[in-house]
Amino acid sequence: MITIIDYNAGNIKSVQRACAEVGVPATVTSNPSAVTGAEKIIFPGVGAAPSAMEYLAKKGLDTALVNAFKAGIPILGICLGAQIILESSEEGNQKCLGLVAGKTVRFRLKDKLLKIPHMGWNEVTVVQPHPLLDGIRPGDEFYFVHSYYPQPADKKNIYAVSGHGVDFCCALGNRNLFAMQFHPEKSGRLGLQILEQFARWDGALTG
Amino acid sequence: MGRRLDRLIKRGCKISAMLSKRLVVCLDVRGGKLAKSIKFVDTKDIGDPIAKARQYYEDGVDELVFYDITASRENRDIMIHFVEEVARQIFIPFSVGGGIRSVEDATKLRNAGAEKVNVNTAAVKRKELISEIAHAIGSQSTILSMDIRKVTPTKEMPSGYEIVVNGGVTPTGIDGLWWAKTGEELGAGELVINSIDADGTKDGYEINLTRMIADSVSIPVIASGGAGKPEHLYDVLTEGHADAALVASIVHYGEYTCRDLKEYLHNRGVKIRLNY
Repeated sequence: MITIIDYNAGNIKSVQRACAEVGVPATVTSNPSAVTGAEKIIFPGVGAAPSAMEYLAKKGLDTALVNAFKAGIPILGICLGAQIILESSEEGNQKCLGLVAGKTVRFRLKDKLLKIPHMGWNEVTVVQPHPLLDGIRPGDEFYFVHSYYPQPADKKNIYAVSGHGVDFCCALGNRNLFAMQFHPEKSGRLGLQILEQFARWDGALTG
Repeated sequence: MGRRLDRLIKRGCKISAMLSKRLVVCLDVRGGKLAKSIKFVDTKDIGDPIAKARQYYEDGVDELVFYDITASRENRDIMIHFVEEVARQIFIPFSVGGGIRSVEDATKLRNAGAEKVNVNTAAVKRKELISEIAHAIGSQSTILSMDIRKVTPTKEMPSGYEIVVNGGVTPTGIDGLWWAKTGEELGAGELVINSIDADGTKDGYEINLTRMIADSVSIPVIASGGAGKPEHLYDVLTEGHADAALVASIVHYGEYTCRDLKEYLHNRGVKIRLNY
């Protein structure tokens, strides 16, 4: 059973439906004890870091997530959920959860022909193998919608990159935590494959 | 491969990856049935839209658009239900349009699972609707669709293109280019440029119109109306400077599959998603 965290940050139904499509039951909760007691956690979200962090703190979900991480529960962050796991975000200079060293930064594009948000299908290049990225080949594309991206301090936390004027980290991880900037629930078969692999993942980095 | 990449290369920028062009399929829905119009007048039903959508999804379409062509208030609940069903079966972005008149309409469709909503006539009648919807669900989810016809340029319509509403039948006297720029300023995150003159003709997209608007705004532009052959998509994505090409009848009637169109574009050097 997967527990999806609902923290008032966008439509989480699409993630739940994608889990159903790959035959994985998923519940939705904003209850901190359901998070610390979860078997597996998906931490999705769209929107702004400051309001998301405020809501998480108000519900006690920030502490619950940190404790779940320390307890070794497999966690999958998506989009905003891949940004606020870092120490801070440039979006409103917000202090974040600090589960991965580094910060979330805004695209600074020199070229006016490139647009923000970075929206659409783009290539994801795996730079370090990870059980959740098994079977992802060069040239595979995923669906993105974002203006900020995660920038881990240590390269060992970077698993995949994409490009939009600059190369940026689009998949990161630390122990039992894995997160991606793109939307697996909107990326067709390849996205569903990642969710399926997460459902099978025990949180260890080697098979 | 298009203006953007050419200019980037000239400026010596390093590019490892970049956004792909998108193939968008539009399904006109009437009472849960798939309909296709010819020049916006004669419509006939051609099948189950959800089954068709699923087929296109598996065949690699990048995005889908569902247009509620009845667009009546009574039909709202049917449409919400329809969107929920689509969202259970399709795992790529899709948008919904037709009859969206309020923030509430837009929010309900978004919550039902639509990634984006399209506004058209109601935004022409009251342009603040664009900013209200963008504020509620985000610019990235707010698409302004425009039905445009060619006219003789006048002082009021210097671009030589006029906005028409109510499914392409009512002229407004509003300049097409002005409306596109205004839509962007109000918070639309994307534009659909539908040429009434080209719609259903299969003679190709209105390249001049598409390029004129794409070059005047900094949000993505989806070209619509006139696709009959793969070359037409190539032309509008390169010469027409569009970010996405919308097709309908050429895939609905089985002349081409999404795969055919994407392979054609890929073989001619257009970056488009092929692994799916």
